[in-house]
Amino acid sequence: MTPIVPMFASTVVAATPLIYAALGETIVEKAGVLNLGIEGMMLIGAVAGFAATLATGSDTVGFLAAAGAGVALSLAFGFLSLNLQTNQVATGLALTLFGLGLSAFVGHNLAGTPLPPLPSITIPVLTGIPVIGDLFFHYDIMVYLSLVLFAGVQWFVTRSHAGLTLRAIGESPTVAHAIGKPVLTTRYLAVMFGGACAGIAGAYLSLVQTPMWVEGMSAGKGWIALALVVFGTWKPTRVVLGAYLFGGVTQFQLFAQGFGLPIPTEFLSMLPYAATIIVLVIICRDPKTILLNQPASLGISFHAAA
Amino acid sequence: MDAIKVTSDSKPRLVLTGITKRYPSVVANDDISLSVKPGEIHAVLGENGAGKSTLMKIIYGITKPDAGTILWNGQYETITTPSQARRLGIGMVFQHFSLFETLTVWENIALALDERTSSAKLAAQITEVSERYGLPIDPYRLVHSMSVGERQRVEIVRCLLQEPKLLIMDEPTSVLTPQAVLVLFETLRRLASEGCSILYISHKLDEIRALCDSATVLRGGRVSGTAIPKNETNESLARLMIGGELAVCTLTPRQPEEVRLELDHLSLLTSDPFGTTLKEISLTVRSGEIVGIAGVSGNGQKELMAALSGERLSSGSMIKLLGHPVGNLNPAKRRERGLTFVPEERLGRGAVPPMSLAYNALLTGSRKGMVQNGMIYPTVMRSFAKNVIERFKVKCGDEQSAASSLSGGNLQKYIVGRETMLGPKMMIVGQPTWGVDVGAAQLIRQALIDLRDQGVALLVISEELDELFIISDRIAVIAEGRLSPSVRPAETSIGQIGTWMSGKFDAPAGHATGADPLMEVA
Amino acid sequence: MFVLERRASPSFKMAIASPVLAAIGMMVTGFFLFTALGKDPIEVFYLFFVKPLSSTYDIGELLLKTTPLLLCGLGLAMGFRANIWNIGAEGQLTMGAIAGGGVALWFGDSPSIAAMPLMLLAGMIGGMVWAAIPAFLRTRFNTNEILVTLMLVYIAQLVLSWLVHGPWRDPDGQNYPQSRGFGDAETMSVLIDGTRVTWGIVYALGLALIFWVVSQKTIAGFRMQVAGMAPAAAAYAGFSEKRNIWIALLVCGAVSGLAGICEVAGPIGRLQQQISPGYGFAAIIVAWIGRLHPIGVIFGSLLMALLYLGGESAQMGMSLPSAITGLFQGLLLFYLLAADLFITFKLKWVRPVERVEPKLAVRLESAA
Repeated sequence: MTPIVPMFASTVVAATPLIYAALGETIVEKAGVLNLGIEGMMLIGAVAGFAATLATGSDTVGFLAAAGAGVALSLAFGFLSLNLQTNQVATGLALTLFGLGLSAFVGHNLAGTPLPPLPSITIPVLTGIPVIGDLFFHYDIMVYLSLVLFAGVQWFVTRSHAGLTLRAIGESPTVAHAIGKPVLTTRYLAVMFGGACAGIAGAYLSLVQTPMWVEGMSAGKGWIALALVVFGTWKPTRVVLGAYLFGGVTQFQLFAQGFGLPIPTEFLSMLPYAATIIVLVIICRDPKTILLNQPASLGISFHAAA
Repeated sequence: MDAIKVTSDSKPRLVLTGITKRYPSVVANDDISLSVKPGEIHAVLGENGAGKSTLMKIIYGITKPDAGTILWNGQYETITTPSQARRLGIGMVFQHFSLFETLTVWENIALALDERTSSAKLAAQITEVSERYGLPIDPYRLVHSMSVGERQRVEIVRCLLQEPKLLIMDEPTSVLTPQAVLVLFETLRRLASEGCSILYISHKLDEIRALCDSATVLRGGRVSGTAIPKNETNESLARLMIGGELAVCTLTPRQPEEVRLELDHLSLLTSDPFGTTLKEISLTVRSGEIVGIAGVSGNGQKELMAALSGERLSSGSMIKLLGHPVGNLNPAKRRERGLTFVPEERLGRGAVPPMSLAYNALLTGSRKGMVQNGMIYPTVMRSFAKNVIERFKVKCGDEQSAASSLSGGNLQKYIVGRETMLGPKMMIVGQPTWGVDVGAAQLIRQALIDLRDQGVALLVISEELDELFIISDRIAVIAEGRLSPSVRPAETSIGQIGTWMSGKFDAPAGHATGADPLMEVA
Repeated sequence: MFVLERRASPSFKMAIASPVLAAIGMMVTGFFLFTALGKDPIEVFYLFFVKPLSSTYDIGELLLKTTPLLLCGLGLAMGFRANIWNIGAEGQLTMGAIAGGGVALWFGDSPSIAAMPLMLLAGMIGGMVWAAIPAFLRTRFNTNEILVTLMLVYIAQLVLSWLVHGPWRDPDGQNYPQSRGFGDAETMSVLIDGTRVTWGIVYALGLALIFWVVSQKTIAGFRMQVAGMAPAAAAYAGFSEKRNIWIALLVCGAVSGLAGICEVAGPIGRLQQQISPGYGFAAIIVAWIGRLHPIGVIFGSLLMALLYLGGESAQMGMSLPSAITGLFQGLLLFYLLAADLFITFKLKWVRPVERVEPKLAVRLESAA
């Protein structure tokens, strides 16, 4: 039997953390805030989730702890970039460096301890269907929750009044402020949401994908999530599709081994990073794409006039 | 409270008493008092920087005063947010629109309303109200596809949907053609007849005399007087507004000489999805003349400036400077050939805000001995800057002051001065006196006329029609990216220019009498 | 209540004071952190800040670590000033090490005096080539350089990994992922006896001086500064954005590449998997501490080098994890960004709005 099913399944698993992180950042950026600290928040989430699960034996507690840790870190980012109006790019980088250091520091004693992975769920009848059952209905709960998150974010952005407010604030916070919208509060909430999602994404890595904590284990997935937001032109549907595409690319290593291709592993490992570059070039080529889709105030600090 | 109860039809709707607002460098409002009755159209008159905008922001809840009280329908109110102002019944149409370009009309209005209604219901309301007041708009259109005049309608309809008792209009006519101004006045008069009070902020004396019942004049943050506009002349109002006589600029007739700038079917596709494409613009500007280009904002002025300055490159022969094709040269190279330009945006484009005036001289003046062999000579740079400051009476600390510390008028004087002292053969100016106080505006206009008298060729792109009529030898109109033929101011009228502004360049010359449509209605 | 009020013009004093405030903030946080961990904070302070400076050898180690931080920091500062966000200095450093190291391996044990200059040149070119990629993509395809430079870091590290595991692996090295050791002429000689300090620090300081002159005194430096402060003004002035981008990235690539070759031809002496403990990223912080000014970057790189050494000595002396350095670096940058606020704003005490007495208001009205 060809390795189609395991390849497909591993793509889905690889895509899931990207979906969480990228959807979170999509909301953040739609509010006009650029948070480059996803990588740092993912690592903090990974170590927090791992430590919590190790201590309590419950994955649920782990994921909740991860979300909480992500939120806590994002609040630091929020305070600096929203209240103190620091440069968002530099602050996001600071967040990543800090997250890298803090997670390594905290996880120092946890490295190498294995954990049983989150079990995949079984849905009555559906999981039993040959082939299709394994392809679609045999994943862990977080995979399905990621799709629920996608549905929720999509509805929020396109149909809700709060989503409209978010988009307006992302386009022009000064105008939004002038008509009385709570710019700072909305941005804070968006940043916290992004932090929670990034934390969960990180915990997925340490609790499901490789159930273990390794220093720096996200290996750039946070940056790829950022690229996914651009690739998806800030539209949740496209972002999720991009995540699955990238999930596939990150798994190419296994595919190549499965098909017996004689390429050195390092070059295969380069693929996701090279693909990110190519994808960015394609999207950014036409300045109109960016002008029409990117939230106009992205990255610019909002100064409320006295 | 009983002491002030009078008969209901003369009870004031809004009374401001002792309003004061201080900022670190200036007292924007100093002990201002003002009273508006229901159904009254009340002008707030003053030059740029007099404190009008600040006062309106206080009434609308965007800014909080440092002292003073607001009495609304007989009750004391502390207005802390715009939504509270709206709940009280105060609506505001901003000078710079508060609209979201990537959203539709109904989405924009939904955001500003405090109650949620379904989109279909809201769309129906929008259509109904906009048509009732003579400003029809389509609720499903994206704002970025609308002209500036249409956007203003969205702003107004947005206010009207909340059934305001007081409507504040902040400089509403700067973006309208003369004909559209008449339509607006009709709408405002209708509103007033229904009992709505209107606060009309402007510095345009003709309009105020045509429209408003009463006026409060602000000068330097204080009330310098009140008036009934219909009983005043432009001169008497101006005296209240600036404390002196309006100095007059005169153009001595002069025979223009050789062609300095030639635009030959200049066409340029816009790179901005919300911009205007330039179509076949042809024009010549000669030495010793000022050509003015009028037009409502958003008709291609930005794109034309960018094409002329070299910030956007076009085909070489479309733009010729002193006979040489320069269309494909960048700004620095065009400067080498004698072209200078004063851009519309001062801070951020004409000058670098955190840098000193001395270093800002280096921005365009590097050829004046400030740079040799790639090295900067700070003493040459500083003395150039000092020269500009002295000749153009720029009020600042000294040449080391940061550009951002200067007032709008003084920075504009510096930029105009810098470009003048580069000894240009051709100068292009965008919005020369926008947001500038009357004194500085005077000086700048005179500086342009002096340049013209010295043989420089000037092209002035401005949205202030009155200004162009004063300083231009010839006027043309830009509309939807096309340029009208040019005429002498004496041979045309505000009415004809207004027609041209809607793009109809072939309208019959039936308005050559110079009659002003505003005064006709009054 | 306290409000933040914008200053009329940025405060120079605060620009100098804020790194100091940030460092103090970092140390205070560290104090609390260590107390919470049950470690004696005074001892940690000693290990972090005093021990690394206590002998000639230690000072040499400080200068050794300052070299790559200073080199990368100079390039990054120039780029950031022009609003060019190159975060891939680490990758350019790696490529410089690979290129220069490749030349070293080619020379083998040859005593040729051409070896070292060629290695240094190759290092700079290697870094430049790697930086040319984002420059090209930005000027030609409008691609934002933040993510591109970062992705290239991962790719560069994978290239190095492939080389030291594969084609360049030392056949006599017991399968360890490293290259052959460089020959004597291919290793940088020691400058100060009793230390490991090489000529690298001299190059770095010399370049700092050159950068200072160029950025402050030349029109080229002015153009880049304007591009960073007000891009529309740069366009208005006719300063070519494309040229600025190429210059900033190529120069950064060159100095980062130089840092890379100085590391592998200096203290390391060979190519191996790990050649930099994140110097390229720490240099970002160095550039910010240095206020994007070459002289400031010198001080910033000294401070950061001290943090690295302090982290190592705390790790050995008190068995704290090596990640402690990264933690403090991140903290330092956080505090710096926060303290920078006071350059553009000042804190003011404001009393709430006064209201005119109602009776007085009534009198004014009836008089009107």
